Amino acid sequence: MPVEIDIEHVARLARLALSPEELARFKEQLGLILEHAERVGEVAADDVRPTSHPIPLVNVFREDEPTPSLSHEDALANAPEAEDGKFRVPRIAEAPE
Amino acid sequence: MTELCDRTAHDLADAMRAGEVKAAELLESSLERVAKVDDRVKAYLTLTEEVAREQAAAADAALAGGGGASPVAGIPLALKDVLTTRGIRTTCGSQILASYVPPYDATAWERLREGGSVLVGKTNCDEFAMGSSNENSSFFPTRNPWDTERVPGGSSGGSAAAVAAGEAVWGLGTDTGGSVRQPASLCGVVGMKPTYGLISRYGLIAFASSLDTVGTFTRDVRDCALLLSTIAGPDPRDSTCIPDPPRDYAEGIDAGVAGMRIGVVRDWFGEGVEPGVRASVEAAIERLAALGAEIGEASLPRAEYALSAYYLIAPAECSSNLARYDGVRYGYRAEGARDVIEMHAKTRGDGFGQEVKRRIMLGTYSLSAGYYDAYYGQAQKVRTLVIRDFEAAYERFDLLVSPTSPTVAFRIGEKSDNPLAMYLSDIFTIPANLSGVPAISIPCGLDEQGLPVGFQLMGRALDEPTVLRAAYALEQDLGLSLRPGVIEATS
Repeated sequence: MPVEIDIEHVARLARLALSPEELARFKEQLGLILEHAERVGEVAADDVRPTSHPIPLVNVFREDEPTPSLSHEDALANAPEAEDGKFRVPRIAEAPE
Repeated sequence: MTELCDRTAHDLADAMRAGEVKAAELLESSLERVAKVDDRVKAYLTLTEEVAREQAAAADAALAGGGGASPVAGIPLALKDVLTTRGIRTTCGSQILASYVPPYDATAWERLREGGSVLVGKTNCDEFAMGSSNENSSFFPTRNPWDTERVPGGSSGGSAAAVAAGEAVWGLGTDTGGSVRQPASLCGVVGMKPTYGLISRYGLIAFASSLDTVGTFTRDVRDCALLLSTIAGPDPRDSTCIPDPPRDYAEGIDAGVAGMRIGVVRDWFGEGVEPGVRASVEAAIERLAALGAEIGEASLPRAEYALSAYYLIAPAECSSNLARYDGVRYGYRAEGARDVIEMHAKTRGDGFGQEVKRRIMLGTYSLSAGYYDAYYGQAQKVRTLVIRDFEAAYERFDLLVSPTSPTVAFRIGEKSDNPLAMYLSDIFTIPANLSGVPAISIPCGLDEQGLPVGFQLMGRALDEPTVLRAAYALEQDLGLSLRPGVIEATS
């Protein structure tokens, strides 16, 4: 059975403004894809350890050598809006009354 | 007739060293081909002719000076537009990065640039490398040089098509679930995904970090070895990069397959595999037997769950990686938002295409509270089981072989409305990504419609030499001469 999803909640978590058509389409498609994907549960037994990385490396160290980093100018060059050497964004909090 | 741009890189490198060919004339040959066919193939998003001419002149100067010029010097390259190029627009095929100019070079490109490589341009791809047909590019679909009504495969379809059509001598792509091997198969070129971590991911704009791998597109297997030798090796800027020193992958490539134990993944020849694909792949297996390989039947019983695991793991990692596109530091920003949260949501809603949004939603859901264990956690366990299957198979065999893709190039639009049907394009390529092992696709013939079929060889982790040796032996034996129709046709 297709999986039932609270699609508007997921869109809020993902910070995606979606049209009503997109919400309806994704609700249906994700339900079908997840129905297929749920098959992983058929073989994934409790005693199987999960793999996060195919070729595990541990304790990856490198020499701590200072090198030049990105210049301020380069870092801001792609910003949609910048001011006084900083990224500028729309307001984050309401101004106090 | 064969023009300079249709020759292999190793042949051209020899000719340049002998003073018979100049890098500048080779570049002009490639650019003439671009001018002749790219309005139909549409492989490139950005052409970098000016940069390329400077690089070709520099390569000619280095070659004239004699000494140890790199084998990549002067060779025209196509670079997938998910690999960053300092000062050159890098879009990931997305409107959200349509005007992004990176301040740094990807390590793979940096190594080629330092070796005197010549950048023809940045190639089209499915948006953020999510797709199997190039139809998910937000700019335009690339077309298959063998039949321009068909897809080149994806997501690295632009690089595959460029190399197939002579618009570059070789190219780089990225392979997260088959995005190098599947388009190589559909376009009739050699495509390799090396062991996860062999090539630095620095500057590979992230999609699914535990799966993303830089890969190569070349005209033959020797070129693949040369290109791999140049870009592989440790990089302090990528902590997942394998620390082993770089090696010469062309060494011993012609040692043959006599006595090599090759396992045929028999489960991957059944339902859904086109008869033309099956026939071509079976014939290639017979050739390997005739060359002295010991052929047996291999089984990867849990690989049937690999596709399901992949479509939980990759979107989960994607939803996390793509959180960075928030309209603050780079890329598109939607206008008219009242506050920053609305700005993020509108920017992302407008800036991403349907497939990217679908995967972000899928990944966000499967990582969300209450569902993590049932989906992502279970998928990671399946990943362990797939790895165990490979390990068991490699106790009996040195290599595993199969079709690269169940089908030849399909028609544009044929699968674009059905995500699940499209996802099945990668069913034979995804297991090597989940397990991290090296895998190559080489052309093994044409089907009854005259479309290329790809043959996949998978090796043990870090055993690229065995993969390349067998691929080379088969390629030499088959002796195919592949020339897609778009080169001959007049526009």
